[in-house]
Amino acid sequence: MSQINRLKEGGRIDRSRKLGFTFNGKRYQGHAGDTLASALLANGVDIVNRSFKYSRPRGIVAAGAEEPNALVQLGSTEAAQVPNVRATQQALFEGLVARSTNGWPNVQRDLMGMIGKLGGRLMPPGFYYKTFMAPASMWMTYEKYIRKGAGLGRSPMEPDPDTYDHLHQHCDVLIVGAGPAGLAAALTAARSGARVILCDEQEEMGGSLLDSRELIDHQPAAQWVARVLEELAGRDNVTLLPRTTANGYHDHHFVTLHERRTEHLGETAPLKGGYRPARSRMHRVRAGQVLLATGAHERPLVYGNNDVPGNLLAGAVSTYIRRYGVVPGRRLVLSTTNDHAYRAALDWQDAGREVVAIVDARPAPDGELVAQARERGIRIIEGAAVLEAKGGSRVSGARVAAIDAGAFKVTGQAETLECDTIASSGGYSPVIHLASHTGARPTWNEAILGFVPGLVKGVHAAGSARGIHDLAEGLADGVAMAARALETLGVSAMAVELPHVDARRDGPSCALYQVPHEKPTLRAPKQFVDLQNDVTASAIEIATREGFESIEHVKRYTAMGFGTDQGKLGNINGMAIAARCLGKSIPEVGTTVFRPNYTPVTFGAIVGRHCRELFDPERYTALHEWHVEHGAEFEDVGQWKRPWYFPQSVDGKKETMHEAVARECLAVREKVGILDASTLGKIDIQGPDAREFLNRVYTNKWLKLEVGRARYGLMCKDDGMLMDDGTTSCLGENHFLMTTTTGGAASVLEWLELWHQTEWPELQVYFTSVTDHWATMTVTGPEARHLLAEITDIDLDRDTFRFMDWREGKVAGVPARVFRISFTGELAYEINVQANYAMHVWKTLFEHGDKYGLTPYGTETMHVLRAEKGFIIAGQDSDGSVTPEDLGMQWAVGYDKPFSWIGKRALSRSDTRRTDRKQLVGLKPKDPTVVLEEGAQIVFDPDHTIPMPMVGHVTSSYYSPTLGGGFALAVVKGGHQRMGETVYLPMADGKTHAAEIVGTIFYDPKGERQHV
Amino acid sequence: MSDYTATWANVYDVRPETEIPAESPLAWSYHNSGRPNVGTNSRAVLRERAMLGHLILRGGAIVLDDAVRQVLGLGLPARPNSLSQDDSGERSIQWLSPDEWLVIVPGGEEFALEKRLREALGGAHYAIVNVGGGQTLLELEGEMARELLMKSTPYDVHPDAFPVGKGVTTVFAKSSLILRRPTETRWELVVRRSFADYLYRWLLDAGAEYGIGVEG
Amino acid sequence: MFHIYCPYCEELREEEEFHPKGQAHIERPKDPEACSDEEWGDYLFFRDNPRGIHHELWVHAVGCRKFFNATRNTVTYEILETYKMGEQPTITAESLANREALGSVQVAGGGQQTVGASNASVASVKGVKA
Repeated sequence: MSQINRLKEGGRIDRSRKLGFTFNGKRYQGHAGDTLASALLANGVDIVNRSFKYSRPRGIVAAGAEEPNALVQLGSTEAAQVPNVRATQQALFEGLVARSTNGWPNVQRDLMGMIGKLGGRLMPPGFYYKTFMAPASMWMTYEKYIRKGAGLGRSPMEPDPDTYDHLHQHCDVLIVGAGPAGLAAALTAARSGARVILCDEQEEMGGSLLDSRELIDHQPAAQWVARVLEELAGRDNVTLLPRTTANGYHDHHFVTLHERRTEHLGETAPLKGGYRPARSRMHRVRAGQVLLATGAHERPLVYGNNDVPGNLLAGAVSTYIRRYGVVPGRRLVLSTTNDHAYRAALDWQDAGREVVAIVDARPAPDGELVAQARERGIRIIEGAAVLEAKGGSRVSGARVAAIDAGAFKVTGQAETLECDTIASSGGYSPVIHLASHTGARPTWNEAILGFVPGLVKGVHAAGSARGIHDLAEGLADGVAMAARALETLGVSAMAVELPHVDARRDGPSCALYQVPHEKPTLRAPKQFVDLQNDVTASAIEIATREGFESIEHVKRYTAMGFGTDQGKLGNINGMAIAARCLGKSIPEVGTTVFRPNYTPVTFGAIVGRHCRELFDPERYTALHEWHVEHGAEFEDVGQWKRPWYFPQSVDGKKETMHEAVARECLAVREKVGILDASTLGKIDIQGPDAREFLNRVYTNKWLKLEVGRARYGLMCKDDGMLMDDGTTSCLGENHFLMTTTTGGAASVLEWLELWHQTEWPELQVYFTSVTDHWATMTVTGPEARHLLAEITDIDLDRDTFRFMDWREGKVAGVPARVFRISFTGELAYEINVQANYAMHVWKTLFEHGDKYGLTPYGTETMHVLRAEKGFIIAGQDSDGSVTPEDLGMQWAVGYDKPFSWIGKRALSRSDTRRTDRKQLVGLKPKDPTVVLEEGAQIVFDPDHTIPMPMVGHVTSSYYSPTLGGGFALAVVKGGHQRMGETVYLPMADGKTHAAEIVGTIFYDPKGERQHV
Repeated sequence: MSDYTATWANVYDVRPETEIPAESPLAWSYHNSGRPNVGTNSRAVLRERAMLGHLILRGGAIVLDDAVRQVLGLGLPARPNSLSQDDSGERSIQWLSPDEWLVIVPGGEEFALEKRLREALGGAHYAIVNVGGGQTLLELEGEMARELLMKSTPYDVHPDAFPVGKGVTTVFAKSSLILRRPTETRWELVVRRSFADYLYRWLLDAGAEYGIGVEG
Repeated sequence: MFHIYCPYCEELREEEEFHPKGQAHIERPKDPEACSDEEWGDYLFFRDNPRGIHHELWVHAVGCRKFFNATRNTVTYEILETYKMGEQPTITAESLANREALGSVQVAGGGQQTVGASNASVASVKGVKA
């Protein structure tokens, strides 16, 4: 098909560059500089989609972000699929492949259309809620087909070949929108020396000036645009961002901009020097001041069948003709309430096509553009409007009659005008979305018949965005508002001379939203308010009749302004209709609130580089490479990658986790094992009051801990609940090394600082994280001493280097601190060396370890071994509701310490004294082959009717190769008094396990092995 | 080594006296992710200054200033977010908080420095902590270095907001680091050992379009 | 995304660098053992949730690691001032009410918090350009 609607000349397209593209499987041709929408219109494609609910055929309505219908699915391959792209915002490129987002099986003829045709009254607002909610069990079935029928685009099923990124930007003034006001403002701010960012969502900057009939400095407006842009581009204090949509205006002038960097070049970013640049980029802008020069959206009139393809916005008609050299029809009827829209008729006629009539709702329009139309002999029908469009898949006529807008009545005999295009304009709604994101409630301005941004300190709007639609005034406003924004920053603005613009006298507009029809709204042909969500005037009327009076409720009931549309075209009309039905004024019905994002943003841009291998930081110890080389399976502990277990190959077969853990456990119990414990949090504490501080933050006593000794401590919050635990060693009289759990390292340090800085600043003590500085290797098992003795100068004699002692010396030639601390219950040495030397020490241990059966073990074995000993893991066996007493750890509580340490007072509250608190116990499954599930709920009576009273849960559970069966730790109500009793664990599969309550120590109850 | 029973604090040289192989926090990263060559097209260049001496100094500014001046011949930077260096640029002190500074010196100097500072500080309340094993320093240069930083940190790296002689602790990708600007053209990133690989991979990924190369 | 003035670093920093720590000026009772269960429960669990001016404790976690307080309007999210530990706010719900009663304009950029970027950068760019 040739470009039947393309004009011979004119427009800003490059006619020398032809671009082929495919829409719904058919090949077409357009030009460089086209959008997909302008190219489709050039080719005479009327139907671009099916509507969301009624499945009616839909055509292109607008030329920008406000387009409600032309949502397409882009992509020639599965990986390149992008849903919900507005054809009006997609630049054409060679080979572009697009499909209608909606319409199953196709847009020309679809099944859902049957409902739409029959439909109407069959699908009132709330239809889906009302119809498909019962029976609830069927919803899943209904939903599948409704969703398929509704078709909201789809995500790609293959990995995206493109990359995306973020750029953090800072500026003094961010100007959103590069139309007349935005450009004038940018010039002002730039010349004043401020750091300026100017962004604009279109392919080219210039906004309305790119298709304006007006002259600036006696030349086409676009030439002024080019001059200004040239100056701005030459300044190093200015960043110009075309193809960049400001999508969210967040707190304290933080604005997210979405830059489409390569989307005009191809469906994936073209390779540049072997590298694929980011397809789109999120600019995270922290601005000193933000100036919103976002312009206005034309408001369509709401009349019967106003959704039939061929119904367009008046301004869009001008844009297609003047900017793209496309005239989207042959015979035009223009229905307007204002002078500005007359330019559509003038442009149409200039393009050599027929203007059938201008239907003006005002009884006596008299502005300059009206006079021009009269001079040209265009028929103007005054005091009238288009009541209804005729035609199915394309407009074939317009029924026109005199109306009384105020009384909402048709006052004259209707006449049908033969035409294929109806352009309408009901006025201009300032684009206040971004201002609205700040929480500013828009205010109604009766003079311009629209909402303007509410006044909030620091939120500035200029030009059409605040209702100043006149070009000369808009330019002046840009300068003035930029000066005001600069003044807020304490900068005086450089004077900017305004260009000359011929003054144009426009007559006043009239208020018309929904056009009256001879039939009542409920019976008139469908009058669409929100085309994207298929919300009609009658739906709003029904909603008000059903008792929804607040516009917020009406919106939710009818879905008006939902989804990717965010009410760009429909919201004001919808409010006007609700106001009419309720007998109120528009501002009385409420105001309109818009939420981010202004237009849809791809997940890629939101995620940026934080994906795949860089999704989240992975923290490695100094020994990571060894673990990888030795086949470790890793476990995530916070952001750390810790070896989980080290499966070996036995007879060419890789061990299962169960087998590996059993082998590692026995190695530690019988010979010697080694664990990389570097992830434990380590905090260096220095100062004369270090000891006193420890005494206040730990539950147990610290005043008498000698240099060279270590002690285990519990840390509670002031509510008495366990927060963290660990061993702290006295390194010097005023010097301690605290260890925390791996996950608690950062929060414990912050906790210590909190108390020091806010409650006890008089205590002389400093805390410094040394987690990363020291690598920690735990050598444990009966052979640990023999192994270590081979490579250290430290005297390991059991009577001089006792359990809970630490010593310094050399290990494998490296200065080290060695702590005799055991988390396995076996003889154990924790070797700390400066992390850069850890690999050498670790490897040296292995060089000497063979003869002792040295076995590396991971966190799973660590867990089994510690649980056999009843050693808790804070955060696993405790959950923020467990006191040291609940854990049976009264031995670690210094009840008689003089200072009321953190958590102490809470231990005597009535709640913490309850005898039926959940208390930590051991569980021994009656069937030793059973390993209980962690998290499994516990009941006392398995025969109790459902719901059974749940009395606790399993916190840790493992198979013990040493004990030859499963065992568990659990919290059970009043558990400490229930030793020997049987509890039950009903499982999801219907089985019920029985287990005996026992003590928490399953192995070496006297603790002799760690003292050897 | 010290006799721990006789001192208030346990201080000793964590570096071995003999030649012992040491691994920087990026040793694994170099093996695993490689080091892209620096070429004529490299508009960002990364270089690790491994094995330097890193000390954290805690205390009141007035107390520490005297000792630091005396021992290091450098004034303690008192203004927030500032960085002082000696003439060679090899020794630096950076303000981290009102009572915390980071001292970076050539590898091997830190223990002697700590001892001398402790002597100079006498009975004052202060803390000195050797953190050299826990962090490493990366240098970043090149015409696109600043844009690479803009991809990574929300902190404003425009020369007006980040002049030479500034240093801050801030967010970097999903982690954090210390970012400093010792000269017009050079940025320094002080990264924690355990996050070093993540940050290295981040920098290579974000810098790929600038042809980032790694020296050394 | 707040832009928060750290009174110790003496500049505005991104919210990502901070952790909120709840209501400010909650003091631990000097003698916990002398508190009734109810008093101790109040200290532990009960916090204000005002509409309007609120004083909050924050920590510059990825930064100087210092705790400080912020006076924030919970409706507009404007941070009216930040101040160091041990200091008292200069802006309170009462002081604002008094000012309004006196007919003065709403406080802008009070204390050390200004909303938006610092003016220094503008001035220095101007200097270069001039």
